[in-house]
Amino acid sequence: MANIPQKVVHQYLRHDKKFPHVWCAGCSNGIILGAIIRAIASMELDRDNLVMVSGIGCSSRMPVYIDLNTLHTLHGRAIAFATGIKMHKPKMKVIVVTGDGDCTAIGGNHLIHAARRNIDLNVILVNNNIYGMTGGQCSPTTPYGAFATTAPYGNIEPDFDICNLVLGAGASFVARTTAFHVVEMQNYIQAAIEHPGFSMIEVLSACPVIYGRLNKKGGAPQMMKEFRDNSLPVTAVDKLPPDQVEGKIIRGILRKEIRPEYCAAYADLVSRVQVTGGKNDAKI
Amino acid sequence: MLKTTASKSTKAKTPKTPTPAGPKPSAQRTKSKLNELQRDLERKTIIMQGNEAVAYGALDAGVNFFAGYPITPSTEVAEILSAELPKRGGTFIQMEDEIASICAIIGASLTGAKSLTATSGPGFSLMQEGIGFAKITETPCVVVDVQRMGPSTGMPTSPAQGDIMQAKWGSHGDSPAIVLYPDSVKESYELTIRAVNLAEKYRTCVILLLDEVLGHMRESVRLPDMATVRVINRIKPTVPPHWYKHYDENQKYLSPLASFGDGYRFHVSGLTHDVHGFPTSKSGEAAEMMERLRKKISYNIRDLVQIESYEMDDAKIAIFAAGITARAAKEAIVMARYEGIKVGLLRPLTIWPFPDDAVRKMLRAVDTVIVPELNQGQLIHEIRRLTKDKSDSDVLTIQRVNGQLITPNDILHKIKEVI
Ligand SMILES: Cc1ncc(C[n+]2csc(CCOP(=O)(O)OP(=O)(O)O)c2C)c(N)n1
Ligand code: SF4
Repeated sequence: MANIPQKVVHQYLRHDKKFPHVWCAGCSNGIILGAIIRAIASMELDRDNLVMVSGIGCSSRMPVYIDLNTLHTLHGRAIAFATGIKMHKPKMKVIVVTGDGDCTAIGGNHLIHAARRNIDLNVILVNNNIYGMTGGQCSPTTPYGAFATTAPYGNIEPDFDICNLVLGAGASFVARTTAFHVVEMQNYIQAAIEHPGFSMIEVLSACPVIYGRLNKKGGAPQMMKEFRDNSLPVTAVDKLPPDQVEGKIIRGILRKEIRPEYCAAYADLVSRVQVTGGKNDAKI
Repeated sequence: MLKTTASKSTKAKTPKTPTPAGPKPSAQRTKSKLNELQRDLERKTIIMQGNEAVAYGALDAGVNFFAGYPITPSTEVAEILSAELPKRGGTFIQMEDEIASICAIIGASLTGAKSLTATSGPGFSLMQEGIGFAKITETPCVVVDVQRMGPSTGMPTSPAQGDIMQAKWGSHGDSPAIVLYPDSVKESYELTIRAVNLAEKYRTCVILLLDEVLGHMRESVRLPDMATVRVINRIKPTVPPHWYKHYDENQKYLSPLASFGDGYRFHVSGLTHDVHGFPTSKSGEAAEMMERLRKKISYNIRDLVQIESYEMDDAKIAIFAAGITARAAKEAIVMARYEGIKVGLLRPLTIWPFPDDAVRKMLRAVDTVIVPELNQGQLIHEIRRLTKDKSDSDVLTIQRVNGQLITPNDILHKIKEVI
């Protein structure tokens, strides 16, 4: 991982056009955007062939600030739009930025099917455990018992383990980290972009203004400390007794395996069909 | 597969090619050249369904990306394109639902594809939010809605013309629509090409409404020579990237469109935006964007509106009908004229924007208008909007929503009530 100076990060921002940004003070979204930019810059990727696609939410506001091909879509649908982009121009690298509500509630269907197809999208799922943009309603990742504006008596629903969900759907690259672990985050983003297939990184992020306040988490620094103190690298899990693992955020690359990528499989189908003219012997 | 009326003799003449061992580029080229030859030979008179005509129209218009979800009575479009697109290097993908389908075709279009999807009522309802997105972001794409009887699951294999208003107003907010409506298999082919062309030219989501019976009806069609098919491609920007405006206000509302990957690095958002595509909350810029969406349709009515006038020269009674109902009306007119009744038909091929001028002219010329339609009254309101000087008794309607068509006799009966 190359050390990317602030000056270079600034070159990736549309700072003359779109700043100041919409995020609250202490929000993790800026940290995550920084990690994405550092990953792209240190990989020296061609910006013209990079697309960032997002849905709707605080985290999904990210594309407007970054000088790439950018697409801010509909609530929940970022992956579906990204699928169209990637299928038409497979050489483009497609990064999807999405929230927990965006991607696991309204957009859950697209998430699991993209994982199943193993289409080469890099999904960065910003999980702040709440609907930030609309002011703090319950999301599928709001923990049991936590408070939200639509769970004033405490949330009675169990929450999703997003990584398990996506692993179950067949994703070939799955990782989890937090907004505190910026270097790790940048490394995972680079590894995900390099990975030829569907990748999803769940980044636990702090929403101090809404989630933090509703759940008496203290300010952003306290929430960051919690990410630091309450998380474990996946490599440590086996070495610890179960009671020290219970309730912890498990960080790490949880799966990385190579299996046929969807656009490549489609290109293969096209060449088979073109050789045979679409007769029966074109079948697999 | 296409079937020619003289299929045997044509097929026999088609040169056979040996199957190459591997995907050698040169072999592929020869092969696709031969495929092309074969296709040209087959482009004689063909018996095909409306849905087939849509699929081949799309291919001839240059559609190279289809994303869809199966639904009766539109599924054949997807099935044919799943076989044909790979042969031409295009992309077919069956998505997880119709919402994903419309989003995928918009994403592909922004990346430079000519894209299309096909669906029916329930899927069309699911696509509405995406259609609004294509309109506000001025992204070319085509949605084919083979209408079935609703509401809800309704009668999946029965005809109805219940989506006429939805095609215009289905997505929230004001968003002017371009909607085409064929009445025959041949016209389904032609209007599919036109829909793709208009989408590219006007940078919007164009909707093609088909009637269920038309989608599944077989008619003989003589496809035009490929050389005579007029294909419109979007205008690409020629300015350097830092001059590019994604919604250039100086281009008569039809501004050039860059693709992702072209080096322009623009921003696209469903939020109300400025000329660069960046979100705005300034009322001036918001009004400008809304006006732009409206004017690119209303300033180009002449180019967009197409109508057919049938036996209208001396008509005292006019029938205003679209799609399959207009076919029945023509038959009724032949029968009525045989009895000396002066009746004609005005048929919109473009249903939105509505052909106001042609309808006004028709209203001035005739005493009575009959509006038969397979719904509980949709087109009739448009006619009434334009008939302030006519009493209700001069504007009659035939409405039917029971899964059956309105027959020529039904219309003839109504004509005779008038005289
Ligand atoms: C179809 C639709 N339904 C609802 C909304 C309202 N809405 C906007 S953002 C949002 C939730 C966003 O939450 P999340 O994805 O977790 O992102 P965050 O704001 O927390 O980053 C909702 C419900 C919408 N824009 N569109
Ligand atoms: S509401 Fe929460 S997630 Fe949204 S910008 Fe503020 S702190 Fe960030």
